[in-house]
Amino acid sequence: MGKTKVRKMLFILSKATIENVYAAFIMANGARMEGIESEIFFTFFGLEAIQKKKLEHLHVATVGNPAMHIPTMLGGLPGMEALASKMMKKEMEKLDMPPVGEFLEILSDSGCKLWACKLAVEMFHLKEEDLIDELDGILTIGDFYNRADEENTHLLFI
Amino acid sequence: MIKTIKHVEIQVNDEGYLTDFSQWNKEIGEELAKEHDIEMTDKHWEVISWIQAQVAANEPLSIRGIKKSGVIDIKQFYDLFPGGPLKVSTKIAGVPKPKSCI
Repeated sequence: MGKTKVRKMLFILSKATIENVYAAFIMANGARMEGIESEIFFTFFGLEAIQKKKLEHLHVATVGNPAMHIPTMLGGLPGMEALASKMMKKEMEKLDMPPVGEFLEILSDSGCKLWACKLAVEMFHLKEEDLIDELDGILTIGDFYNRADEENTHLLFI
Repeated sequence: MIKTIKHVEIQVNDEGYLTDFSQWNKEIGEELAKEHDIEMTDKHWEVISWIQAQVAANEPLSIRGIKKSGVIDIKQFYDLFPGGPLKVSTKIAGVPKPKSCI
């Protein structure tokens, strides 16, 4: 099989909304499926996607998201975010998109490396046991750049 | 496109996937596997049969489906068919390339 010119994809996930988390997961998994290496660096709010207690409770952004096509003031009403998230998850299930926890297992089993950002972990006072078992480690940004320092590697900030 | 494998002509698309499953047999599968440097074992064939059954039943193929298959886990799947496991295994199985993003 012809080798791809893109050899490795590194994703930096800094947000915890469903739309951003799934964008990172689908692209990282898609890379593996194409024979491309992939890794995800979870930083800032992106860490919510790998916190055992939080990962199944992510929401879509209903405020400040014009693509929701609801007035911003309505988007801010109590329960709106939960309702929109529930509807979104239902649609995703129809397309056989795995829930966050299962998706992380799939990524890990596929060989996608999952890293937590050291500075963000410290900032949010997280301990290793708060994070998923599949995590490959906690890295500084320097460590992460070292992992990127290879030919035909691409970085993507989400 | 026509491709000749062991003196047998098979019809493939431009990505090398068989377009007529009736032309498939194990020998063809074995030769297609060799093109990906894969030496077929019983486990490989078990996965290939499962894939063919899924396609015959019109079930979409995805990596999540592999996880649930009960035939193989995802790690083994990547080990058996390196370099894009669903792409490679479906080619060997003589079925169309899966269209799922997951």
